[in-house]
Amino acid sequence: MMLYDAGKIIAGLVIFAAFFTVPFWYGGGKTSEMPKLELTAQARQAGQCVEPKERMRQDHMQLLDDWRDAAVRDGNRTYTSSTGKSYTVSLQNTCMDCHSNKDKFCDRCHGYMGVSQLYCWDCHLDPTEEKTVWASTDGNS
Amino acid sequence: MGFDRREFIKIAGISALAGLGSRAAFELLQPGELEATSASYAANQGALNAKRWAMVIDMQKCLPQEGCKDCMHRCHRLHNVPDFGNAKDEIKWIWKEAFAHAFPEQESEYLAERLHHEPFVVLCNHCANPPCVRVCPTKATFKRKQDGIVTMDMHRCIGCRFCMAACPYGSRSFNWRDPRGRNAQGEPFLEEINREYPTRNKGVVEKCNFCVERLAQGKNPACVEACRHGALVFGDLADDHSEVREILREHYTIRRKPELGTDPSVFYIV
Ligand code: HEC
Ligand code: HEC
Ligand code: HEC
Repeated sequence: MMLYDAGKIIAGLVIFAAFFTVPFWYGGGKTSEMPKLELTAQARQAGQCVEPKERMRQDHMQLLDDWRDAAVRDGNRTYTSSTGKSYTVSLQNTCMDCHSNKDKFCDRCHGYMGVSQLYCWDCHLDPTEEKTVWASTDGNS
Repeated sequence: MGFDRREFIKIAGISALAGLGSRAAFELLQPGELEATSASYAANQGALNAKRWAMVIDMQKCLPQEGCKDCMHRCHRLHNVPDFGNAKDEIKWIWKEAFAHAFPEQESEYLAERLHHEPFVVLCNHCANPPCVRVCPTKATFKRKQDGIVTMDMHRCIGCRFCMAACPYGSRSFNWRDPRGRNAQGEPFLEEINREYPTRNKGVVEKCNFCVERLAQGKNPACVEACRHGALVFGDLADDHSEVREILREHYTIRRKPELGTDPSVFYIV
């Protein structure tokens, strides 16, 4: 086998491999622990989410999209889940009523998974946030 | 291998046919209910329904209550409508307009002489033929099929303001500033917050929604409920026996700029 410029190519490959695996070396080869999610007393008492946990974990973004179209565009504000229970279709008044500890629930997982800050809270009220936290100075920011 | 081109094409053809006939391919070409869930959506029980919601505003009851702003305060507080403190940036769902401005086409008549400067309560007319809906490029503003309410899907608003140019009634306001912000004196634009309803953010348009969220809960619009003088009446224009139809039968009423062909759903007793 012939390999022209073998030295350069091999050096290049080594550098590439080193760069590519930096995050791994940097982390000392360990994966970071998934932070523990906390449930509010209210959620614990309910014992279940609007849909089974696995589905919620995977599909809650899709469910929220469906909820928003159902409530806003179709005027359908009662959701009967596959578990047979009925819920009012509302991010602010239903999801966040049970998960009112947003910082220790939604935010914790999103932070770990690298989901960027949700713009939903520009309009929907964040249960953990008092009005005083809002845009500190003028409204032109 | 004794495998000529003729034979290869034959086998390929047969395989393709067999493949098409298979169950997976069938479902690919004819998507069915592969993943049907048993979850479902419905309107709330006890919600108020109509074919075409409408309002009659009795100015003979309203005008004597000089300075009263109960309807406006209630609406703006419940919907987290900010007060930016200047007329240029004002966000308006329901407000007062001098008769001469609200009804310019009546200007030349003697009626106008009496009413010229009188403040009239105005809001979105929930037109049957709404120009704002026609111009919206994202369908953020739409007319509800079920009851004719002209409302907004805030999630789709891109802030282009075509609707503001199209609306002949000034019923739409743009958020030039962040409603959650504060003015130069450090006072918040939102004095009080209703935690059950969202705010808006900088860069979207907003308007009166005839309280769709309250109708869904079986409640009348906030302004109607707030008026202690019975000047605002809400009901179904398509129902012969509704209170609004009763009033329209018995009183002479006018609408704002009907000559434009928008077919407003808000009527005024003058
Ligand atoms: C520009 C402001 C704004 C933003 C940003 C926004 N919403 Fe909304 N949303 C609203 C308004 C206003 C309503 C109407 C509330 C009603 O009619 O009860 C609404 C309604 C909804 C509803 C149905 C009713 C309810 O009470 O929840 C859902 C679900 C929803 N939004 C989800 C979301 C999600 C998820 C995001 C982020 C991905 C988001 N929204 C971002 C303003 C906003
Ligand atoms: C009645 C209370 C209640 C409501 C309402 C509710 N949840 Fe939950 N949620 C729970 C509980 C309890 C769990 C944990 C379920 C379990 O451990 O089996 C959970 C779990 C979840 C999970 C998965 C967490 C994990 O550990 O993977 C997500 C995501 C979630 N909820 C999002 C939502 C969203 C979005 C909404 C609104 C559409 C919502 N929840 C409404 C009670 C609720
Ligand atoms: C178990 C982890 C987990 C929990 C708990 C969780 N989320 Fe998420 N969420 C995710 C992941 C992962 C994504 C990103 C999915 C993607 O990008 O496809 C996401 C995305 C979303 C999105 C869509 C974001 C976008 O920009 O499109 C919304 C809205 C959302 N989550 C709302 C919530 C709310 C509200 C809660 C709390 C009630 C919550 N999530 C709790 C993991 C979680």
